Amino acid sequence: MGVVQFATSPWGQTVPVHIAFYLIWVAAIGGLAFLICHAIYVQFIARKDAHVESVSPGLAAKIPEKVPRHSLAARLFHWIMAVAMFALLITAFLPKVGVQFPWVTYHWIAGLVLTASILFHIIHASFWMDFWSIWPDKIDIEDGKRRWLRATGKAAPAPRKFAKYPMENKMYHLIIVLAGLAVTLTGVFMLKRVRTPFFTRNPYLFSDMTWGLMYVLHGLAGVGLIALIMVHVYFALRPEKFVITKSMVYGTLPREYYLEHHDPERWAATK
Amino acid sequence: MAIIRDIMPAFELYQPATVDDTLRLLDQHGKDAWVMAGGLDTFDWLKDRIKRPKVVIDLSQVTELRGVREVNGGLEIGAMTTLTEVVRHPVVREKFNILSTGAEAAASPQIRNQGTIGGNVSQDARCWYYRGGWKCYRAGGNICFADTPTAINREHAILHADRCVAVNPSDSAPALIALDAQMVIRNSKGERAVNAEDYFVGPSIDITRMTVLKPGDLLTAIRIPATWAGAQFYFEKVRDRQVWDFPLMNVASAMVVTGGNIERIRIVINAAAARPLRLTAVEDAVRGQPRNTATGEMAGKLAVAGAEPLRYNGYKIPLMRNLVKRSISGVEEAKWA
Repeated sequence: MGVVQFATSPWGQTVPVHIAFYLIWVAAIGGLAFLICHAIYVQFIARKDAHVESVSPGLAAKIPEKVPRHSLAARLFHWIMAVAMFALLITAFLPKVGVQFPWVTYHWIAGLVLTASILFHIIHASFWMDFWSIWPDKIDIEDGKRRWLRATGKAAPAPRKFAKYPMENKMYHLIIVLAGLAVTLTGVFMLKRVRTPFFTRNPYLFSDMTWGLMYVLHGLAGVGLIALIMVHVYFALRPEKFVITKSMVYGTLPREYYLEHHDPERWAATK
Repeated sequence: MAIIRDIMPAFELYQPATVDDTLRLLDQHGKDAWVMAGGLDTFDWLKDRIKRPKVVIDLSQVTELRGVREVNGGLEIGAMTTLTEVVRHPVVREKFNILSTGAEAAASPQIRNQGTIGGNVSQDARCWYYRGGWKCYRAGGNICFADTPTAINREHAILHADRCVAVNPSDSAPALIALDAQMVIRNSKGERAVNAEDYFVGPSIDITRMTVLKPGDLLTAIRIPATWAGAQFYFEKVRDRQVWDFPLMNVASAMVVTGGNIERIRIVINAAAARPLRLTAVEDAVRGQPRNTATGEMAGKLAVAGAEPLRYNGYKIPLMRNLVKRSISGVEEAKWA
């Protein structure tokens, strides 16, 4: 029972054709197991976060009641991408688990929407947003170590408060970037294999081996996204994180939440 | 090393005598079981060593699956009834002769003696890339070898292709859909009846199957209601060799004409797509219209709307247009005759 399925090409080569589809269940069960373990950990084991207090009363007084976190463009991008991602997961995997419908057209249309939204995001984030705010920095790594040591009962200084995004947010973004780029780049090439109004079909654009690897990468990233999206939705719905989810709707964080979790030195939000 | 064909790989053979025993075996072996009716599709696969089932369940001893019975003015045909029995049955010939014509056109007398109505409607695609053992979409791969710039695809689909461009090769299927038949399917959970037009599955829904039958399912009978008994029928099959061959295309229509106008009609075309296509837009357009050449021409043009030919099957568009036209207006006598 391999992870990849192989076939013999017309030239006698053994080439990969796609992933083994039991991986859908592996991803779904893996995602679910993570959620359960995390919920148990938070409920029964985890200690309350302790941070280095870094906000002077003077600075705190300058923080507005509602701290802007996501611009309208960023929020629109997020929700368009979310709809496209759900459409892609539904059209890709429901037929594989027995819910059959004509999925291909919906799938590539959703794929194009996702690709366009990612392109927009790359440009928007590079030129109109604080590009580096989502990437882990030196302090995140130091604080990550501190948090890990404290969580495992070892002595370590309290970590600092977060910048705009918590470390786990940044790590999640990093993984979703890798998975998202893998599915979209391979998906764009795979459009050459189906009938669309954009290209003349050409399944001989690449060799069988290259196509096979592309299908495998698309599949692996796709099933990976099942688990990643499950985790994302879970955190979005957790009570202590719900205020962040609301900020993706309304664009702002409450002042109290900001002061409790974020470091104004690392993420300035003054009036 | 060349592959030596004609010698089947080993498998476990079961020859149950009843439907219940068959269902038990199907349940027991699940995906490993291969159901064999007349064997005409099966032996090609097995001798070419392309399909290698662990278990073959031969239905030839299940007598309850054979025979044609009259039910409420219609018919119930056992799935293992041979095409010859269907063709020769007096009620089929008298009331539903579109089916006898279609079944007769399916193959040579020898093949009709062995081939069954259930097997004819459930047979697999005849695309030679697929039958040749290439790992195409239909075989679980990621390419259609028949839809490439260099493919030989004269027999392939012009409508409803979705990655795979194979067509359904059955001649009795369009006749059964025109007669509004129902396919009776049993499995260990019970029995269900599926409209004949819903029995067939296109690649957009499931690229690896031709019908709704799943592991554990058994087609036991085909029910033809009395609705279209004695209607005006038309069946025509176009093939490369008149003696016997799979269809390049075929058409079946059932029509009730009152006062020269088409009152009710069902029209079905096959070998244009991966499943037989009931042309409902054509039916709607011609209902209430006079049955004449003009209506036939209009129907023919409407039928081919959206057709997308491949490199070598562009001829199928005028062929389909003319078959639909003839199925409505009848065959005109040549002017010089």
